[in-house]
Amino acid sequence: MRGDGRYWLHEHKGTLLAFAAFIVMFTIYAANHPAGLNANVATTAANKGVLLAIVAIAQTLVVLTAGIDLSVGMVMVLANCLASTIVDGSPLMTALGVMGVLFVGAACGAINGLIVIYGRLQPIVTTIATGAVYYGAALALRRVPGGDVNSSLADALTGQLPGGIPASLALLLGVVLVVWLPFRRSVIGRAAYAVGSSEIAAYMSGVPIQRAKFVAYTLSGILASAAGLFLTFITYSGEASAANGSTYTLYSIAAVVLGGVSLFGGSGSAVGAIFGALMFRTIGDLLFVFNVEPLWQPLFQGLVLFAAVCLGTARLLRVHNRLDLYG
Amino acid sequence: MDESRTPAARLSDTFGHRCARLWKHVDPAIAWAFGCIVLVLSIGSLYSSSFLSPEYLLQQLKVASFLGIIATGTMVVILLGQIDLSVPWVVAVGGMMSTAATGWGPLGNVLAIPVGVACGVALGLVSGVGVAFLRIPSMVVTLAVNAVAQGLMIAHTGGFSPQDASSPAMRFLATGHSVLGIPNALLVWIVVGIAVSFLLTRTTFGRIVYAIGNRERAAYLSGARTRLVVMAAFALAGGLSAFGGALLAGYASKAAQAMGDPYLLPAIAAVVLGGTSILGGRGSYLGTVAGVILITLLQSILSVMQIEEFGRHVIYGVVIIAMLLIYGRGRRHSE
Repeated sequence: MRGDGRYWLHEHKGTLLAFAAFIVMFTIYAANHPAGLNANVATTAANKGVLLAIVAIAQTLVVLTAGIDLSVGMVMVLANCLASTIVDGSPLMTALGVMGVLFVGAACGAINGLIVIYGRLQPIVTTIATGAVYYGAALALRRVPGGDVNSSLADALTGQLPGGIPASLALLLGVVLVVWLPFRRSVIGRAAYAVGSSEIAAYMSGVPIQRAKFVAYTLSGILASAAGLFLTFITYSGEASAANGSTYTLYSIAAVVLGGVSLFGGSGSAVGAIFGALMFRTIGDLLFVFNVEPLWQPLFQGLVLFAAVCLGTARLLRVHNRLDLYG
Repeated sequence: MDESRTPAARLSDTFGHRCARLWKHVDPAIAWAFGCIVLVLSIGSLYSSSFLSPEYLLQQLKVASFLGIIATGTMVVILLGQIDLSVPWVVAVGGMMSTAATGWGPLGNVLAIPVGVACGVALGLVSGVGVAFLRIPSMVVTLAVNAVAQGLMIAHTGGFSPQDASSPAMRFLATGHSVLGIPNALLVWIVVGIAVSFLLTRTTFGRIVYAIGNRERAAYLSGARTRLVVMAAFALAGGLSAFGGALLAGYASKAAQAMGDPYLLPAIAAVVLGGTSILGGRGSYLGTVAGVILITLLQSILSVMQIEEFGRHVIYGVVIIAMLLIYGRGRRHSE
């Protein structure tokens, strides 16, 4: 299998770059943190990062099929409101509640998928509209912020494992092992990549396009609701906040791009998106560590995001035929 | 022509033909959108007859003008096959910079709207350069521009505490009435609309916009300066968003940070409901007008009927999906 290394490197370039950038940023962050890198600092950072990372994986699954899901944030908010209502009480009730939240997430994702596949509407407008519906449902559940969640489960998942490792990182690893890797290695996962590269070619080669898209959207809904659950575990309450929903949707797109996943579909990996999300969070924390005035933080964060998306321009230098620039 | 037929029959014949020909030219999407407007209004009138009063309709058209002006820019960008996600903060920049300019004294008072629009054009140019020359996907670059605009405005309002009250000119344009009790905002929208539909249908720029939306490579090969056109289209969209923001600041008599948030999704929805393809290259301004009026009426009637906020969101989303399922569907693979 000589020569495979080059292809492997080419395929995983985005992921590796995101990983390297995250390591550099996190090292700077940890080295300059006034309290040093102790277990508490790491746990707080990990919780925030993992939350965005799960939403970013959800976004990646859809983006790989050359779609986009602008409702991920709203599914997350809906799951947050639902979780603050039903994930409480005895262990059995809590377990049923968690299942219920994930089921609702799956249903939301499946609705998106069905409309895109059988309704033949563009993903971007479909998910804008379904996002409004999901937000309405969240609002119906929770008109004022509040609710409660099983605190022992919440503390276990947002706390530390023995040895000081943040439990949320283990959760993220679990998501990658249980959801992402099996998906990536399955026929459906390959079909999702094929659909993203060229839907026509995939159709002509008899790839199960509809099943691939359906699975991608449904899994995306499940993961978005998992993120909503995790948000509930962090905040111990539910809030139907439209601002929260749209912020997470936009951040998830940013994380996906920073993680080297192509918005045109067919290339990139959820692992890249995870590092993109962690990197995006670290940027915000870096500004805090370096005592940038809070007033200027959003501007710096915006400029860093802008600079990061401009980095992708480097590929223009390798274009030999100007026609390649135009789709 | 058959000599044996009466002139009247011939006349009605040609009239029928003409109607049929006219009907062929009507985009079904626009017909549906206007049909839905009538439907929404008649459902509303069952609830209360005041929905058909001229005052109510003019008031709705006035409210619709702000969305209309913003959606105009969104439409030009969508026609290119791109999307502008920077609407929320470019609208806010337009509102906040024009009110800030009002605080500079008499000269600033005059320059208020131009300053706001110029800031929007500048932000649009940045997006345009990113899309046209750096070839970054528009969804990403406009997202980044939105973040930068947000950062700039937070630093600007927090650091310099500029004036946030609007100038008399802004208030006049947004809330005044001049001819026959027609709201000025509506007149402004009409002027903007006529100018942009002229630009889109009667100028080289407009034809190239449609060409790029259909196939950028073909437009480039046929000698169009596609990159300049893309850049200009984004600048136009930025300017229109900012102008909408300046008018909104006049309407509310002050600018606020989140003022642009409720306009991004309705603007895209209005453009798409009006029959413009989200993939670009197809769509007419009349459709966008219909989409904007439809969305505004829907929002207004749902709130007047005292449907709770959650119900409004749900109905709003369901209506958009349902309408698009009726006429906005893509092709099958086998076609």
